[in-house]
Amino acid sequence: MNARILNVVVNNRTGVLNRITGLFLKRGFNIQSLTVSPSEIDGQSRMTIVLATGDERIVEQVIKQLSKQIDVLKVQDITDQPIVARELVLIRVHSPIPTRAELTSLIEPFRASVIDVGRDSVTIEATGKPEKIDALLALLRPYGIKELARTGLTSMTRDSETVQEIARFAKSNALWV
Amino acid sequence: MSTGAEAAAPKPMPEKSGAEPSPQAQGRQVHSALELTGAEMLVEALRREGVEVLFGYPGGAVLPVYDALYQCGIRHILPRHEQGAIHAAEGYARVTGRPGVVLATSGPGATNLVTGLADAMMDSLPLVVFTGQVATAVIGTDAFQEASVLGITMPVTKHSYQVRDVAELPRVIKEAFHIATTGRPGPVLIDLPKDITSAKGVFHYDAPVCLPGYQPTIEPNRLQLRKLAAAVATARRPVILAGAGILHARAHTLLRQFAERTRIPVVHTLLGLGGFPGNHELFLGMGGMHGTFAANHALYETDLLINFGARFDDRLTGNLNHFARRAKVAHIDIDPAEIGKNVETDIPVVGDAGRALEVLLQECTGPGHYEDWVSHLLELKRDYPFWYERDDSGLKPQWVVEEICRATRGEAIVVTDVGQHQMWAAQFYSFAEPNRFVTSGGLGTMGFGLPAAIGAQLGDPSRVVAAVLGDGGFQMTVQELAVVAQYQLPIKVIVLNNSALGMVRQWQELFYQGRYSHSLLSFQPDYVKLAQAYAIPGYRVEDEESCAAILREALAQPGPVLIECRVTSEENVYPMVAPGSGLHEMIGVKP
Repeated sequence: MNARILNVVVNNRTGVLNRITGLFLKRGFNIQSLTVSPSEIDGQSRMTIVLATGDERIVEQVIKQLSKQIDVLKVQDITDQPIVARELVLIRVHSPIPTRAELTSLIEPFRASVIDVGRDSVTIEATGKPEKIDALLALLRPYGIKELARTGLTSMTRDSETVQEIARFAKSNALWV
Repeated sequence: MSTGAEAAAPKPMPEKSGAEPSPQAQGRQVHSALELTGAEMLVEALRREGVEVLFGYPGGAVLPVYDALYQCGIRHILPRHEQGAIHAAEGYARVTGRPGVVLATSGPGATNLVTGLADAMMDSLPLVVFTGQVATAVIGTDAFQEASVLGITMPVTKHSYQVRDVAELPRVIKEAFHIATTGRPGPVLIDLPKDITSAKGVFHYDAPVCLPGYQPTIEPNRLQLRKLAAAVATARRPVILAGAGILHARAHTLLRQFAERTRIPVVHTLLGLGGFPGNHELFLGMGGMHGTFAANHALYETDLLINFGARFDDRLTGNLNHFARRAKVAHIDIDPAEIGKNVETDIPVVGDAGRALEVLLQECTGPGHYEDWVSHLLELKRDYPFWYERDDSGLKPQWVVEEICRATRGEAIVVTDVGQHQMWAAQFYSFAEPNRFVTSGGLGTMGFGLPAAIGAQLGDPSRVVAAVLGDGGFQMTVQELAVVAQYQLPIKVIVLNNSALGMVRQWQELFYQGRYSHSLLSFQPDYVKLAQAYAIPGYRVEDEESCAAILREALAQPGPVLIECRVTSEENVYPMVAPGSGLHEMIGVKP
């Protein structure tokens, strides 16, 4: 799928999410995922919208229609820019006690961690790019996934400072992927 | 809320005496620190915005507002249904270019506005609409007359607000007027919970509007316009398509200058009619489904299509696969989202049509090399005009429209409903000036005509308003005759009665083997008596002679008149581009 990632900054006002999703309904655009949360500026939120299409004309229309909304401050198609994009997943996996050591070693390369333990299952948390999450899920599926929740993609562009910071951080912290 | 200001405040409402803006502005300095109720703020804000007339219908949730409106000096028109209020506001906005202002109560009052909001949204009419709402404490509890108006109206408004704090109200109203009237105009809704209109707050109205997310582009890009000027210089078959954007930009004079300077012929959209003089040599007529052969031929064959403020609606373009296939397309629009939406564009220009034309008049010094093309089109215009059979089968609706045009010397404001009569009005009435044709183009709202005529007449009291209606649409909002009578509005209501939903009947004849499924209105009221019941003189005419006589008599009368014209019911609107066809595949062109 030729998905596009849009980064949208909106006024944090009642109904703004409705306006955006309503617009998608009205124009017949398809959303693959949408995340929204407060941004670094008071009163503004950041949305990451993943469009289930790569059709240029549709993407252009989506961007123009979003930009027309009075509560939308900025729309960027960041698909082809240097970005950091992550999603978080919670997975409850069927796991009787004898399989747990195996499971723990399996998820270790993914920097995933066990955050809850039950009698027959464990809950795993992982963060990363969607492809990484997909790969993890493929490995866990044979054990039996009992429950799954993904946040969808959230993202921002890198600027040169961020890129340098990541390099510094990566040196001092081996866990950073 | 400052209690100190309350103590210091004199009487709550500032006096409004004259219409002079400057002494009032001085007064504002003093009054701007006043404590007012939300309802009083609303009234004061309407005054500051220069609102002359308010179309409203009272109800429980807006009682505080109505109390503030009591003897406040702003003219209030009471329709007989909220839909009548909003269509009237649309008619007013269309004719004056100023925002129509509407007030309705919560729940059913607000939901009755939905059709009008959608209509204004489609046809880019500036409206500011106030709806009552249940008190904030009970919102969400399914309280009496509660409806989620914001949720219901979001897709059919340019923007909307629900006021949750009375201190925000002046800013919100000011923003609403700004948003409704700038950029691409449209309806803005403000939902007012009852406790907000009763609560007191300090009224400030002087702060400038600050909307970082709303900065319409007015100035067009000069380089793009130079490209367009260069394209004009090399074009062989150029044509101008002029939409309602010309009217919104008040750019009709500039358009005429540009067309005359470059000698490029002009095609209008339905909503653009009047933007270019109907009797002008270079006018090819309306394009689209029921447009002229010359206009559609031009749109099909052109190699340079210059679109000023039209949105390439499907009724204009016909099948897009055949639309302007050989053309370089230039599209000037104030709404960037319209550019490239339906038709791929080679020269996109975002901005005001008038500003673009000013620049183009500097860039284009004279006509290019397409005199043959122009004379060919003008021949087609001469040889294939709109036509109909005049025979002895009865009164022809097209003839009635022509006769209205003759009797009013083409100077009336013509308001229509939707359907066959609407197309005949567009085809056979020649509009010399802008803002004289009021019609529901995008949404195609039956029932629009009569209330829109009320708004148009209030907007331009000096001009004759002819409401040309079909019998179907007229009956959808017929109750507004009470408003016509109550305010003695001199509207000439002309009902073209063919005892059918004519356009539906036509499509059933042409595309459904004449199976007239529920499109024939076999029962009709006595329209003459109906008019009389509203104390409006009513006439019925069935032939040309009496029609001509009664029309002139009606126009000579100072008050409202209703004329029922019994017209032939089998009449079809021609020529026609059948659905799915291209503009080059017209049927019913003059033999």
